[in-house]
Amino acid sequence: MHIVVCVKQVPDTKIIKINPKTNTLDRRSAPAILNPYDAHAVQEAVKIREITGGTISVLSMGPPQATEIIRKSVEIGADRGYLISDRAFAGADTLATSYALSKALEKINNEHPVDMIICGKHAIDGDTGQVGPGIARRMDIPPITNVIEVSEVNQKENTVLIKRKLTNGYELIQSNLPCLLTVEKEINDIDYSPMPNMIKAARYEPIIWAVSDFENVDRSQMGLKGSPTIVGKMFTPPRPEGGKRLDGTTDEQVKQLMELLMEKKDLLTIQSAK
Amino acid sequence: MNLDDYRGVWVFIEQNDGKIEGVSLELLGAGRKLADKLQVPLAGFLLGNEIKPLANKIISYGADVVYMVDHPVLKHYRTESYMRGVMLLAEKYKPEIILYGATPNGKDLASAVATDLNTGLTADTTMLDVDIDNRLLEASRPAFGGNIMATILCKKHRPQMATVRPKVMKALEPVSGRKGKIIEENISLQEEDMRTKVLQIVNDVTKKANLADAHVIVCGGKGMGDLQNFQLLYEFAETIGATVGGTRDVVEAGWLPHHLQIGQTGETVTPKIYFAVALSGAIQHVVGMKNSDFIIAINKDPNAPIFDVATYGIVGDAMEILPKLIEQFKQLRTEKGGEISYV
Repeated sequence: MHIVVCVKQVPDTKIIKINPKTNTLDRRSAPAILNPYDAHAVQEAVKIREITGGTISVLSMGPPQATEIIRKSVEIGADRGYLISDRAFAGADTLATSYALSKALEKINNEHPVDMIICGKHAIDGDTGQVGPGIARRMDIPPITNVIEVSEVNQKENTVLIKRKLTNGYELIQSNLPCLLTVEKEINDIDYSPMPNMIKAARYEPIIWAVSDFENVDRSQMGLKGSPTIVGKMFTPPRPEGGKRLDGTTDEQVKQLMELLMEKKDLLTIQSAK
Repeated sequence: MNLDDYRGVWVFIEQNDGKIEGVSLELLGAGRKLADKLQVPLAGFLLGNEIKPLANKIISYGADVVYMVDHPVLKHYRTESYMRGVMLLAEKYKPEIILYGATPNGKDLASAVATDLNTGLTADTTMLDVDIDNRLLEASRPAFGGNIMATILCKKHRPQMATVRPKVMKALEPVSGRKGKIIEENISLQEEDMRTKVLQIVNDVTKKANLADAHVIVCGGKGMGDLQNFQLLYEFAETIGATVGGTRDVVEAGWLPHHLQIGQTGETVTPKIYFAVALSGAIQHVVGMKNSDFIIAINKDPNAPIFDVATYGIVGDAMEILPKLIEQFKQLRTEKGGEISYV
């Protein structure tokens, strides 16, 4: 069983600041981290490997510093890592990103056939969730998004049983292998990394590829050139006027609020005293 | 690609077991405005099995044309079978804009279709407009963790596609007897060619319905301080029969499970009363709650953006105000002999 997990380095959006004058991201304001959903994707691969045996590779696209998140993935349990890094990839939207990653996946697949690809549901900086299904289409394998459980991997039949989250519940899907999964956070809890993983990770150097390492590659589908979408403008939405402020001391404010709520009392369920 | 070959605004009508998802009707409302501005027809397109009875409903909600692909293999949503249906329609009729609900299936389908059509797709849009002169869809969404909006354009590829958050756009009032055209397309699909099978669909209403159907929501932010203080929200919610939700920060801190998160990457809610307690009102949160009927914000910071969307604001400490509110309600309950229920 060979599982490839696609991972992304993202700014920690909880901390990141925006320059209000230029409406641009102040990337220095936030540390770069392994996209949290991708950490769960690596963990799920580790869980599957415990049962099936095999190898976990991680693949990322990004600047040379993205080596850090590959090390983090090795810490969680990945066996090896690939980083594709080239200025030609810069400015890629989701379509160009899935193209570049699929070129790397083809190369990995030629060297060591891939049985399953796992991605996080989305990255917390882009919040799109579009790259995973895009890769699946390019690799011509079925995508299964929003996965909350990998219930069974049947290596004999070459199938997998998956629980996929829906708006109101979930569905149980059987898919042929190879397939691509995108996982929700609730799929697992990240284990503490065992010491040998930490030691391996600290010294780990990923395999780094540039565009020139790929064969049959169409440069017009990469980076900014290969991206059909562009950001037209950034703006802070006009601030609505806002409602009334309730004045006075805390007690006065509470009194006014009670009066307002009593006008809406048909909506409230006042619990009966027990 | 000749961009002028592409005309018309299309909405993907998501149906499950013959029931149309609410977001699809909302998108017919939003799509109607875009189509009128561009002076083109609005179409709804749907795939499934035995779906013909749905056509009139789609027309009554604003569509001029309904495209249908009906086949037993399309009974349940599957990326591979559904995308083949969409490709068939899109390549034949060449719409300039396609909108999908940002549901699990809508997002999955749109992502796959965008790849095969080699076109642009904007995710989780919350505002839609068109630049009439250039016939460009302006799809805007919160970006970078949600403190700013970005307008995404797709200038040189068609169709221009976007997924749109549920409960953000408004459906039109249905007009019964409204006239429209129904076009059916045949597709050849074999079950044996499918690489996935849907074995079972389990509706689990207990988890999600709570927030989506709640009339009254008490939503807490990181300003509650810690997990222990956060429990006060439960006490208040219980007193008035409300459901508790939280912001992204609160969920990431582990105070609440993800299905109770309100905002861009959580639930979008439209309750009758919304208490925004000790939360600042980041854009990514506000897009998930701003359509609530009556919003009460409690925050220490008088400049918190949440006050801009609130119907009434209280500048103050939630830890002081909530206990007093709870006490008032308890007193009310005692006065009424403990038998009062307003519902």
